[in-house]
Amino acid sequence: MPRKGKLSRGVAVVGGGLTKLGLFKERNCKDFFAEAFIEMVGSVDKGVDPKEIDAVYVGNYSNDFFVNQAHWGPIISDLIGHVPKPVTRTEAACASSAVAFREGVLAIASGLYDIVLVGGFEQMSRRTTEEVAEGLAMAASPYEVATGFTFPAVFGTTATAYFAKYDADREALFNVTIKSHNNAPLNPKAQFPMTIRDFMNARIERCRKKGEPIPGWKDEKDFLRDPVVNPPVAWPMHLFDCCPISDGASCLLLVAEDIAKNFTDDPIYLAGMGQGSGYSLHAKKDLTTYEATKYAAKEAYEMAGLTPKDIQFAEVHDCFSIAEIVHMEDLGFFKPGEGYKAVEEGLTRLDGPIPINTSGGLKTKGHPVGATGVAQLYEVWVQLRGKAGRRQVPNLNLKVGAAHNLGGTGGTCTFTILERR
Amino acid sequence: MEDSPFNDTSYEQFLNEEKIMGSKCKKCGALALPPRSICVSCFGSEMEWVQFKGTGKLSAFTSIVVAPPSMVKEGFNRNNPYVVGVVELNEGVKTVARIVGFDAKKPEQIKVGAPLKAEFLEKGEGPGRQTILAFRP
Repeated sequence: MPRKGKLSRGVAVVGGGLTKLGLFKERNCKDFFAEAFIEMVGSVDKGVDPKEIDAVYVGNYSNDFFVNQAHWGPIISDLIGHVPKPVTRTEAACASSAVAFREGVLAIASGLYDIVLVGGFEQMSRRTTEEVAEGLAMAASPYEVATGFTFPAVFGTTATAYFAKYDADREALFNVTIKSHNNAPLNPKAQFPMTIRDFMNARIERCRKKGEPIPGWKDEKDFLRDPVVNPPVAWPMHLFDCCPISDGASCLLLVAEDIAKNFTDDPIYLAGMGQGSGYSLHAKKDLTTYEATKYAAKEAYEMAGLTPKDIQFAEVHDCFSIAEIVHMEDLGFFKPGEGYKAVEEGLTRLDGPIPINTSGGLKTKGHPVGATGVAQLYEVWVQLRGKAGRRQVPNLNLKVGAAHNLGGTGGTCTFTILERR
Repeated sequence: MEDSPFNDTSYEQFLNEEKIMGSKCKKCGALALPPRSICVSCFGSEMEWVQFKGTGKLSAFTSIVVAPPSMVKEGFNRNNPYVVGVVELNEGVKTVARIVGFDAKKPEQIKVGAPLKAEFLEKGEGPGRQTILAFRP
């Protein structure tokens, strides 16, 4: 008997698709998933007959609210010609599709299915910014909502607690934003494919055209300090600390390990995965860590037989700049209180020893909440196959990458490790 | 009120009487605020009410500039931000609350660790009237 914490059967990723992310109000949400699905089919080296897919798991946070339509499972099943086979929609706020991925893995590992499609989608652009904020706040704890907290506010408290504990300040957050935006132009699917320098030049150009005084920022940090271009949202979270509102869809094709070579000579294998649940703010012992992330990481490292040192690059849920810092610590990449220094030293840059958010992260790539978990794993899959183009991690022996996804204010967190053998 | 179920509704009703009431596990003594019907330390389900004094210190905070619709109705907006935070009570449990008495426009001057005292804010009128827990230095 295999012991607890291990899968009974291995699982491999053999295909993937991700839409360009952005605001596409005029498009139908089904089109996003169709676009990701078509890319996925084309990405399977030796081909896949979609009729062979045994089951579908799709994550969606709240198209119920965002586009007034619920019960999305069968809509997606019908869209991709999967009827009458089973489809299951998962909901775990911004971790909805990482949970779909996990359910798909478990379904194959159990022996029930051989070929499973996992994915996610969200259309947020048809609501106003205020309505989207209200819709997202439904995923916070009821105590926080009643007190007047918003999502940026919850992460604002993480930041003030972190700053007080480790003697850091807002400047630490600037380094995360600048690093993520440096990766953004290298990702053709990013919603904001611009460096901070690009934003500065665009603003200067606009002022010049309008005949307004030209801003005299010394450097990127000086730009981020300027409340005119980087206004506060919920202290110390400012506009450039927050990810955007986005539309998009993602999917990955999972197959049992023993049949993976029928689909590609270069499968990427699941090494370990974990999922945890977390407390509301008031019940947390330490406001600078996320229990759900720590638990998910422990599960994943144990399943994989790996340690944080083995992770060569990762996507880390950066809905807000501070989230990337504290979660890198919770995942064991850096010691508590050392995460912000690591970013400052450039350790997490694309050419650093542990590149974080090579995709540009949620901040620049975009965050269609239900699509995000699988979109992060898509990036890890692409990187491990050496197909990330200009943003390819410059490590000739790239073997192990991981993705961390967070739902709500940390109520659901997942950590998934993929490897190339 | 002593017979009230140990849940969020009772917590809110007590708040309307300007009392901060939580639960204490009869088996292991663990405190919970808001009250819990199941003790998450020992899984006991025999509880008693306990009143918290309402003194503590600021564990974390934020000043909200982009307010949700419910707070916009109260008059908060870009030019009139408000502070919320996590307060650790002297009894050892934490609570989320509105924080008043600081300049919300100068959040960089607010210090984690600041001693605070509870205050009860009234929100709405008639049957919709609600008491909100707040703290001030």
